[in-house]
Amino acid sequence: MAEPILVLDDLVKSYGALPVTDHVSLTVEATEIHALIGPNGAGKSTLVGEIAGSITPDHGRVFFAGREVTRLGVAARARAGLARVFQTSHVVPGFTALENVQLAALAVEGSSFRFVRPVSSEKHARDAAFAALERVGLGRRAEVAAAGLAHGEKRALELAMGLVQKPKLLLLDEPMAGTGREETEHLTELLAGLSGQVPMLIVEHDMATVFRLATRITVLISGAGAITGTADEVRADPTVRSAYLGEGTP
Amino acid sequence: MSFTLLAVQILNGLQFGLILFLVAAGLTLVFGVMDFVNLAHGVQYMLGAYLTSVAVAKTGSFGLGLVLGLGGSLGLGFLFELLLFRHLTRRDHLEQVLATFAVILIVTDAVKAIFGAAPLPLPVPHGLDGAIELMPGLAYPVWRLVVIASGLAVAFLLWFLITRTRTGMLLRAGSTHPAMVSALGVDIDRVFLFVFAFGAMLAGFAGAMAGPILSVEPAMGDTVLILAFVVIVIGGIGSVRGALVASIVVGLVDTLGRAFATDLLRLVVDRSTAAQAGPAIASMAIYVLMAIVLVFRPTGLFTGERAWTRAA
Amino acid sequence: MNETRSLPRRLAALALHPATAILGLAAVVVAGQLLGEGFWVTLAARAAILALAALSLSFVLGQGGLVGFGHAAPFGLGAYAVLIAGEHGIRDILALLPLAFLAGAAFALPTGALALRTRGVYFIMITLAFAQMAYFVFAAMSGLGGDDGMGIAGSATLLGWKFLRSESNLAWLAIGLLAAASLFLHAATRARFGFVLRAARDAEARTAALGYSVFRTRLVAWALSAGIAGLAGALMAEQTGFVSPALMSWHRSGELIVMVVLGGARRLSGAVVGAILVVLVEEFLGQTTEYWKLGLGLLILAVVMARVVDFGSLLRRRADG
Repeated sequence: MAEPILVLDDLVKSYGALPVTDHVSLTVEATEIHALIGPNGAGKSTLVGEIAGSITPDHGRVFFAGREVTRLGVAARARAGLARVFQTSHVVPGFTALENVQLAALAVEGSSFRFVRPVSSEKHARDAAFAALERVGLGRRAEVAAAGLAHGEKRALELAMGLVQKPKLLLLDEPMAGTGREETEHLTELLAGLSGQVPMLIVEHDMATVFRLATRITVLISGAGAITGTADEVRADPTVRSAYLGEGTP
Repeated sequence: MSFTLLAVQILNGLQFGLILFLVAAGLTLVFGVMDFVNLAHGVQYMLGAYLTSVAVAKTGSFGLGLVLGLGGSLGLGFLFELLLFRHLTRRDHLEQVLATFAVILIVTDAVKAIFGAAPLPLPVPHGLDGAIELMPGLAYPVWRLVVIASGLAVAFLLWFLITRTRTGMLLRAGSTHPAMVSALGVDIDRVFLFVFAFGAMLAGFAGAMAGPILSVEPAMGDTVLILAFVVIVIGGIGSVRGALVASIVVGLVDTLGRAFATDLLRLVVDRSTAAQAGPAIASMAIYVLMAIVLVFRPTGLFTGERAWTRAA
Repeated sequence: MNETRSLPRRLAALALHPATAILGLAAVVVAGQLLGEGFWVTLAARAAILALAALSLSFVLGQGGLVGFGHAAPFGLGAYAVLIAGEHGIRDILALLPLAFLAGAAFALPTGALALRTRGVYFIMITLAFAQMAYFVFAAMSGLGGDDGMGIAGSATLLGWKFLRSESNLAWLAIGLLAAASLFLHAATRARFGFVLRAARDAEARTAALGYSVFRTRLVAWALSAGIAGLAGALMAEQTGFVSPALMSWHRSGELIVMVVLGGARRLSGAVVGAILVVLVEEFLGQTTEYWKLGLGLLILAVVMARVVDFGSLLRRRADG
């Protein structure tokens, strides 16, 4: 059995007296899609920050691809293979879709201190970028300025940017946020198609997506990990049911 | 180096610092509340000095002249904001820099054209032009003490206005959540207008008070403006408290540096090197101070999260 | 992308092409030499020198989004490098230029490292403050002429040849360096370096999350542009034969920003066009009135307000009463 790609070991983060991350331990296996769910205010955003490297925990350790990365920042973790898809679309508005993915591709391929060769002539990155766009269904929209893409297309673009970096782990922060029914379905199918090829940690509210995609689910309640298990196990768990009663979508 | 000399320089530094405070206080509020880079603030200081000088010459009374000068500064502040700066408040910083830079060029040259490049007289008012003996052997000019007292009085007034009045509360809210305040029905543009004009008046007041000590000339605002910037960077954008602390520190460091740098250097190097390097090091002193503060606190001493989102 | 463009748009594109302005300057120099109008040569050289400084600023401002109000500092430091080197007997242009570049870059590295940790208003003020520091330090150095400045020891030579005896040679040197810098910076803009710089300008968090070191990229761009400004300063010292702290004044920094913005901040070539415009305006205004700064100020203000004030809605509001 392969080593887990991400290990969170007893993470604690407090803002003042309030523990926002309360002794959370979690692993993501090399072949799974792991979903992280929890009611509003459960501390999901903070935990995502601690995984991505934008927030340093007060206590505990983060291991990625076998290495301890607790003290490493965002860029360093990204270079190590942790690709993050943001909650609000964070693409470069002035660049085309293709250029956005090229930007992602070039980040993991040599130094950015190149002054002479035009980016457009970097064939390898360009081809990889195009392939990634095709993979998410944006092949025909390659030359469109990113600012002009529909919301769902921007999410797919973000996904392409993550994929082109051949990541060791895809960290998806509420990928379905703000997408309509059709776009949600499309994105869900995309992700399902990638299942097994790249491990994913998805933080989501949309339960349909979660139950459709996730191999395992961790439920976060009030900053602490309440339970980790398969979809059926989580659905049946009484703590989870009481925490979610009145929340809406089952 | 005697104790008397040190005491005099410390008082001078305090006085200079408080003048800087008067300029920086208005500026830091404009930066913080309105996110507006106002390079023309130094010109307000200069105009305050000029208006007061002219008014004093015409009326023969410093008190009346000062009041007229303040009124004029306030009026000019309103004018600038309504005619020009209002359109720039929500724009790119680059546009603001250019427009206010242009205003400096225009006003400075206009003043030169009207009054000439030679300094205008602004004498210390009668009765306040002597010196009093603070301690045996320590005589200090009365006017400088008046400047110190006024600076401290304004500091207290600002503290009161900001923390104890409704306007002050609006100001603090407006700087962190302008959209929210607007949504609550407050005319945020009106608040901005008053903040701007009030800041302009403070700068004008500083110019009028400094006039008798420094000389009233067209470029007098330039140096003060840069120092006010240093003060704001050290103190933190938007913080009047920071402006007070930082301006006193800057005033002291600059004054004491200029007075004693050469002497202090002579303790380590020979006379001629010290004479050469002293002035250079003295002029660097406050910038080095600024750099040191920046290493530990990139957003100044008295700011937090808010300053970051504002500056982004 | 491939649509045919109308003639006016094509002409505009041609006019703004970097080569056009530079070739224009060259043409003026040739014409000046042929017609014996030394003044044209001097003016063209001055424009080329300032265009070089403005070009370097345009790179960090347009591509990097870094609004720095202290670019006159590395410019002046390049000039002082020539002065100081001259005092030590170094007169060869092949040594002076690298020294000037290093002077600018050496100033930019520590100050940039501090300034680049900040944004927005802070960044503008800090860059201004550091430039003022340089101004005051050199103004206090009586050995270098202090406030008044000092003449350089003698014109630069090229391997012994006193090539700057001829005014037009300086103009050609300036134009040559401008062309070289222009080529290099344009290439950098199209290459990875400019690509990442622009991405960081428009979506900083994203760019960092992809694995790029935004701080390092910006610092290198900052030092590079300061070095080029230093080169321009060195040329300025050679042209006027005189170096004073006024070269580093913040009015000069402001002037450089005006040049960049006037010609169009988003395009590198705009800086060259802007520089030529400002030099011409200053010259024309300077001959007309003593208060030419007032005229320049009014011009700048008019340009900015025209862009900023939405006259359409103002008029409509008036009409509605």
